[in-house]
Amino acid sequence: MADIQQLQKLSTQVRRDIVRMVHAVSSGHPGGSLGCTDFLVALYNGVMKHDSNNFTMDGKGEDLFFLSNGHISPVYYSVLARCGYFPVEELKTFRRLNTRLQGHPTTHDHLPGIRIASGSLGQGMSVAIGAALTKKLNHDNSIIYSLHGDGELQEGQIWEAAMYAAANKVDNYIATIDYNGRQIDGDVDNVLSLGNLKAKFEAFGWQVVETERGNDLVSVIEGLSKSKSYIGKGKPIVNIMKTEMGAGVDFMMGTHKWHGSAPNDEQLAKALGQLEETLGDY
Amino acid sequence: MKKYTYTEKKDTRSGFGVGLQELGKTNPNVVALCADLIGSLKMDAFKAENPERFFQVGIAEANMIGIAAGLTIGGKIPFTGTFANFSTGRVYDQIRQSVAYSGKNVKICASHAGLTLGEDGATHQILEDIGLMKMLPHMCVINPCDYNQTKAATIAIAEYDGPVYLRFGRPSVPNFTDANQSFEIGKAVLLNEGTDVTIIATGHLVWKAIEAGEKLAEQGISAEIINIHTIKPLDNDAILTSVSKTRCVVTAEEHQMHGGLGDSVAQLLSRHLPTPQEFVAVNDSFGESGTPDELMSKYGLDTIDIINATHKVLKRK
Ligand SMILES: Cc1ncc(C[n+]2csc(CCOP(=O)(O)OP(=O)(O)O)c2C)c(N)n1
Ligand SMILES: [Mg+2]
Repeated sequence: MADIQQLQKLSTQVRRDIVRMVHAVSSGHPGGSLGCTDFLVALYNGVMKHDSNNFTMDGKGEDLFFLSNGHISPVYYSVLARCGYFPVEELKTFRRLNTRLQGHPTTHDHLPGIRIASGSLGQGMSVAIGAALTKKLNHDNSIIYSLHGDGELQEGQIWEAAMYAAANKVDNYIATIDYNGRQIDGDVDNVLSLGNLKAKFEAFGWQVVETERGNDLVSVIEGLSKSKSYIGKGKPIVNIMKTEMGAGVDFMMGTHKWHGSAPNDEQLAKALGQLEETLGDY
Repeated sequence: MKKYTYTEKKDTRSGFGVGLQELGKTNPNVVALCADLIGSLKMDAFKAENPERFFQVGIAEANMIGIAAGLTIGGKIPFTGTFANFSTGRVYDQIRQSVAYSGKNVKICASHAGLTLGEDGATHQILEDIGLMKMLPHMCVINPCDYNQTKAATIAIAEYDGPVYLRFGRPSVPNFTDANQSFEIGKAVLLNEGTDVTIIATGHLVWKAIEAGEKLAEQGISAEIINIHTIKPLDNDAILTSVSKTRCVVTAEEHQMHGGLGDSVAQLLSRHLPTPQEFVAVNDSFGESGTPDELMSKYGLDTIDIINATHKVLKRK
């Protein structure tokens, strides 16, 4: 496990990457990306067993991660690049013509680190379950991880998948929910309330872990360790992780407005003023 | 070549929003549903003015189509709103069974169709929606060309009894059609009379067809230009009349070549008037991230592509 200060620096740099990437093309999704930065930084730096130098689609012997809420591609790309999956320089090409860094992640352009296209919400849990079943068939005791938006949970397919995973004891799988309470049209509670999410997953037969401070690296790592402790115990595991959309940039927090808007020049400068350049900008 | 001008570029989705707002005032049976994309679909005004007739369903498109089908039972006229991809492919069986086969009066209104959605990339850039929807028996498929026409189409489909797929987009494009046009479903609009070639375009490609027509005129080629806003039912008479005069045809659309407007035209002509045809359309490929202009150029959907297709088809006459 990398030390916390190191991870902290990485988180700050990833946040800089995110705001710079979306600013450069005046499009993309900074809000959820900033909120999930600490999670992805922790996951790829100590929690998951993975090999960024020798990416293979099959990932045999490795833990695998699936991003179901594909719109938060900026954080995903930055973390993958800074882990060595592809050159950090390539972040410059985000959303530009002929890039491998498509607006939503894709396998179509063979970007190392990506194993399925996402962007149309609600499909990633099913895919993760399939990959978890293959791990079992291959006698590979690695772990499958996935991340989902809370608004995304409104999609029916998620609950088809949830029912399947519990009924079939898919217990080599940890799904994390980005429980930020916000989506495009406003607060999740106002758009379509999820009700008691913990009780819902429990009723579906899942082991529930709650991470209260999803923007605190220590708390995130604890939540993931606790989740891992339930692997192989007969139930799929869900890590309901409270985060703040826009975390790390004061004016992007406390609102849904930065779900999918890019900062202008002035806003970028203000955001970067709050995020120290720790590992060098791309 | 008849001269077309415009004072403003506007997005077709805003034409939908304004049309829907007007329906809110004029037709008490019109109700609207959205799946967490109110701003993108420009449904804010209808929602604000008719809160009891607006249903936010969350990110649950299949449920939205089912609820819309149910709302028709008792006389409501539901307009559903989400991106074109999530309006069609995502919910195809729900549309097929609960709307089309059941003959329900649902208006499926779809924004961000095609490549011009831009930077979000291929996951969102559906180029198969016209094909998917036109294959459904009795589904009416409409793809207007500008803001004014989209507004007029939105108002017109409320009066039409039956399922409709209304396709529009995100980018600002020349708004050149008449602000007070009457929109007749299934009726082609003859934009320019010509003798050498018939250019049949739909949606965002209509303006590019006009631009191509101007360039071709400079080269001494007389193009007849037809705006097909209704792909199904297709205006067979208008097409046959034109093509029997020009004897060659170019179709242009922001869609896959397979399954689009070009297919419908080819099918018509092969049965009644076999004619050389060239297709300006996406050639069996997904899209990608980029600006709308870059993408239209890279995937061969630009003015120059219509011109080149015309030269090609003229040689085949
Ligand atoms: C099937 C589908 N429907 C609609 C959308 C459009 N869309 C993209 S992100 C989003 C909101 C997602 O909310 P949430 O999962 O909470 O993510 P957050 O806004 O917190 O990042 C919507 C509706 C989509 N990408 N896919
Ligand atoms: Mg959310």
